[in-house]
Amino acid sequence: MKYALGPILYYWPKQQVEDFYAAAVNSDADIIYLGETVCSKRRELKPKDWLGLAKEIADSGKQVVISTMALLEAPSEVNILRKYCENGDFIVEANDFGAINLLAEAKTPFVCGHALNVYNAQVLQILVNKGMQRWVMPVELSRDWLVQLQEDSRILNIRDQFEIEVFAHGHLPLAYSARCFTARSENKAKDDCELCCINHANGKPVYSQDDKELFTINGIQTMSGYKYNLLNDVASMQDLVDVVRVSPLGDSAFTTLGQFKQAAEDNVKFDLQLDRECNGYWHQIAGFDTVNT
Amino acid sequence: MELLCPAGNLPALKTAVDNGADAVYIGFKDDTNARHFAGLNFTDKKLDKAVDYIRSHDRHLHVAINTFAHPGKLERWERAVDRCADMGVDAAIISDVAVLDYATKKYPDLELHLSVQASATNVEAINFYTNNFNISRVVLPRVLSIHQVKQLARNTDVELEVFAFGSLCIMAEGRCYLSSYLTGESPNTVGACSPAKFVRWEETEQGLESRLNGVLIDRYQPEEKTGYPTLCKGRFNVDGKVFHALEEPTSLNTLALIPELAQANIAAVKIEGRQRSPAYTEQVTKVWRAALDRYRQDPAQYQVEAAWNKQLDQLSEGTSTTLGAYHRDWQ
Repeated sequence: MKYALGPILYYWPKQQVEDFYAAAVNSDADIIYLGETVCSKRRELKPKDWLGLAKEIADSGKQVVISTMALLEAPSEVNILRKYCENGDFIVEANDFGAINLLAEAKTPFVCGHALNVYNAQVLQILVNKGMQRWVMPVELSRDWLVQLQEDSRILNIRDQFEIEVFAHGHLPLAYSARCFTARSENKAKDDCELCCINHANGKPVYSQDDKELFTINGIQTMSGYKYNLLNDVASMQDLVDVVRVSPLGDSAFTTLGQFKQAAEDNVKFDLQLDRECNGYWHQIAGFDTVNT
Repeated sequence: MELLCPAGNLPALKTAVDNGADAVYIGFKDDTNARHFAGLNFTDKKLDKAVDYIRSHDRHLHVAINTFAHPGKLERWERAVDRCADMGVDAAIISDVAVLDYATKKYPDLELHLSVQASATNVEAINFYTNNFNISRVVLPRVLSIHQVKQLARNTDVELEVFAFGSLCIMAEGRCYLSSYLTGESPNTVGACSPAKFVRWEETEQGLESRLNGVLIDRYQPEEKTGYPTLCKGRFNVDGKVFHALEEPTSLNTLALIPELAQANIAAVKIEGRQRSPAYTEQVTKVWRAALDRYRQDPAQYQVEAAWNKQLDQLSEGTSTTLGAYHRDWQ
């Protein structure tokens, strides 16, 4: 089992990002994803900053992957995407089929991100032929789904040609919109958002009228209210999952990575916060539910 | 521009044809389409009748195969493609890459449209699909501004179809798991959003409550108009304020954009609502036919008639309409 730090999904000040990755090189992560995946207006770090950071981290011996945007609309966004796809040094996480088109043309190997609609092994076969090395399962899918998909990929003789990664900790990215919900919640227009996401290091909570933490708004992204936490499900990932992903919520990500390692290697169990955490998707029930394992 | 109307059953299909639809789109009665609701969609016998009616009136029939194939079950999606080819439908609307691959290889003459559920929002995504599959038309997600729609139209040779009227999906279609987060079932996996079997209404001291799988979506005072608890259209609490944090219950209405869409060479305008009644299909088709005809007769003088909007408002969710993401202010 390998351990990955997903890209920072929130908008952090540049110094905080740099400090985070300075610490990440000494963490339990084998793989580090980095880059802006949510909103092209978040420019604390510019493409050259991200690529510079990537080079520094790569020197530490960890695998670095450049993550790219999930919702690309403006031609300017596609131009930045093209720059990353043609970077020449690092593999790229594609979160839109536009990225796969560019990566296949540039013959750059890639990771197929969880924001892409890949629900069966036949699609994976097509993507393997285009240079896919790793697939991050869409967050709404379950262990049962993965077991059957793995079986199909064996029949297609492609299982040894790619790794399977599972989003295992953090707020789940659930939807992408043209609308910026964070700006809307502060009565700002999207075009005049004052980059207000920077004030919310882990997004803004959305509660039901009876105070259940339903969603987290993060710019144009809507995320789960609860944190997804598969710590106690790691045992059920043996022989099925190659990489476990922790989505950074801050420096606590490094502790979480260590816990995943303990859970996998020493079969240690952890107490979940039932009113703040969930693991339903993995168990093929509603995502916000929790199964005690 | 082609007027493409929805039909969840045979009476709706006939109504759409009778009121001026150029084409009608339908789905099979299984989970291969994203309106997989009880009492909707077409079995074999009804399909034959649908095809006959379309042919005898010289219109087009599109079939939506717009969910994603489950592992080990791809065959069901492939059979849906086979049926489209056997019936000689005018287009199959497909979202799954594996299903597109099958249709492209097995039926090179079958016209394929890229479903909105495939979420192609930029020119490179469109290139991915058109480079690899036999796609002649792309249905654009409802996240693009009219400016972005025009830019795309200038930069691709493939036909573009846009949503013109109906329930407003505010997320990039095909990339929204909010429904499965609360219920375990989503458009991508089971072909339904906020499924009716999870809906409960309850009178309480604080008002009439709508719940989805036990989760409070909205609470209404006696004078307020209630709406189906589609989970993105509920009232929630952010920063201590209760409001429609994601979206109000409104419908998309783009009658005002007909000139711009036509000038951008948009191939078709699509009406949402296969789950709605034949009466809905009749009214919307009638209004849109009148508007498109008016534009064609005299583009320079085209104006939206107040009566058209009034008719459409009555059919809309929350009885109000919006230009949605087409208008930058909405975003």
